[in-house]
Amino acid sequence: MTITTITNRMLPAALAALLAAGACAPAEGQVPASAAAPLSVADPWVKTARSGMSAAFATLVNTTGEAVTVVAASTPVSPSVELHEVVGDGGTTTMRRKEDGIVIPAGGRHVLQPGGDHIMLMNVRTAIEPGTEVPFTLTLRDGRTVSFTAVAKDFAGANESYAPHE
Amino acid sequence: MSERGLPGGRRLTRRGLLAGGAVAAAAAACAPASAAPDAAGRAPAGQQEPLPGGAAVEPFHGVHQAGVATSPQTFAVFAGFDLRPGTDRAALTRLMRLLTDDARRLTRGEPALADTDAELALLPARLTVTFGFGAGLFEAAGAGHLAPRPLPAFKVDALQPRWSGGDLMVQVCADDRVTLAHALRVLVRDARSFATVRWTQHGFRQSPQVRAPGTTQRNLMGQLDGTVNPRPGSPEFDRAVWVRDGWLRGGTTLVLRRIRMDLEKWDAADRAAKEFSVGRRLDSGAPLTGRAEADEPDFAAAGPSGLPVISEYAHIRRARVADPGMRILRRAYNYEDGLSPEGRPDAGLLFASYQADVARQFVPIQQRLAEVDLLNQWITPIGSAVFAVPPGCSPDGWIGETLLS
Repeated sequence: MTITTITNRMLPAALAALLAAGACAPAEGQVPASAAAPLSVADPWVKTARSGMSAAFATLVNTTGEAVTVVAASTPVSPSVELHEVVGDGGTTTMRRKEDGIVIPAGGRHVLQPGGDHIMLMNVRTAIEPGTEVPFTLTLRDGRTVSFTAVAKDFAGANESYAPHE
Repeated sequence: MSERGLPGGRRLTRRGLLAGGAVAAAAAACAPASAAPDAAGRAPAGQQEPLPGGAAVEPFHGVHQAGVATSPQTFAVFAGFDLRPGTDRAALTRLMRLLTDDARRLTRGEPALADTDAELALLPARLTVTFGFGAGLFEAAGAGHLAPRPLPAFKVDALQPRWSGGDLMVQVCADDRVTLAHALRVLVRDARSFATVRWTQHGFRQSPQVRAPGTTQRNLMGQLDGTVNPRPGSPEFDRAVWVRDGWLRGGTTLVLRRIRMDLEKWDAADRAAKEFSVGRRLDSGAPLTGRAEADEPDFAAAGPSGLPVISEYAHIRRARVADPGMRILRRAYNYEDGLSPEGRPDAGLLFASYQADVARQFVPIQQRLAEVDLLNQWITPIGSAVFAVPPGCSPDGWIGETLLS
């Protein structure tokens, strides 16, 4: 099942799924998926890049009563995409592949952000220009997929060195 | 917990948005704000309840852009940009969607996407962001026939390119200078792939905490400046300011003039000469023929010698527009950019004039003032630019869509 969410637009009428997650007030900017969607994606963005590596970020919200695990991500602009985490504290940090995927607890959320877990674009083939809407698809452990688009933003950070996992 | 005059939940929403996720806000919205966790799940130790002035929000969405009819905030910055070669209509669309998204979030006290200094976004302090399109942007969009016409040359002008022109203008206003600096930085980060900065002009006014909103401000020459201004919400305001048809319907135009004041020379004038040049008293702002600021000037009144009390060459006579619907909206800010080694200030007025029609409203007034105005002894326009200010947008729209899409 594919759920398409339109990002960065406010769709106040479609807040039911978020409310079902236990909140008592609508939150602007949040785009919930349909009632059956296991995951909604808030505030997605991707770092601009002409080529090479880039990264995408968002807040993943589990709208179900069970844990959801994201095991893979894909985008047309990079044939190779990995789920990454950043390890280390303060001075030296390294990013590496997150082997077991990203787990979003039941009714919870998980923030993908610079310096933390993120979607890593390993080999950008189509230049990501500022302001473009880049499509992404997340694959969950049970095989379902969740699609969204991320707006491209110029960003100075997210330059962690990469240590390929042995 | 006091809501401090805010609509219920607004502050909670902002508080929860530190991580850039509206989700956090939703999750925290049922709990007291003081218990809302940050992205790492920690309680926001040490955070103070925002004061009303810091938490105050000016609506971003609407028929008109904010920052025109908005009661003027204490601080303003006007930034002029030149588009980079190759910035076409498609690129302009991407640019304006990015900038609109930034403005939408920042003005409600939320960090922008990819905001590296998210905490600086949390006190909006009546932040407004207003966009204007210069002639070059229309050319780049293939819509040169819709571009605002340049002003004629005025004989008082001593215009400098460094304060003039520009393809895109961003006006940022707020009651807090730190909020302003952060908003400008966010916007410029998203603009600079598309454009270079041509000029940046900072201005200030007496704050709403110092002088009641709606009352006339003093400029750096000590004059009450802006007495005859259309009142927001009145039919005359709507007629004078908002464009009624075409792609610019709901928008307006901005003429931004940088007017240098020779304050040293002004120091040398005596009080009577200063009041004579304007036609108003310095203390009350009353016309020389009246007692109170709001009194109508009596331009026919003659003094003992038979000469008019308000000179034929006085500023208020020369600037007079009889039809209120043909007046201009002045939303001026003072500037003061430091001192020379001799202690001379580089000071003046960022004269921001909004009107539905530049040629019918602004130009005739400025032509009369350029011909004769006693005040010209002390003031010189050194910068000038004209912009179309597009209409506002809905929550799922973006500024400029009526031109670019």
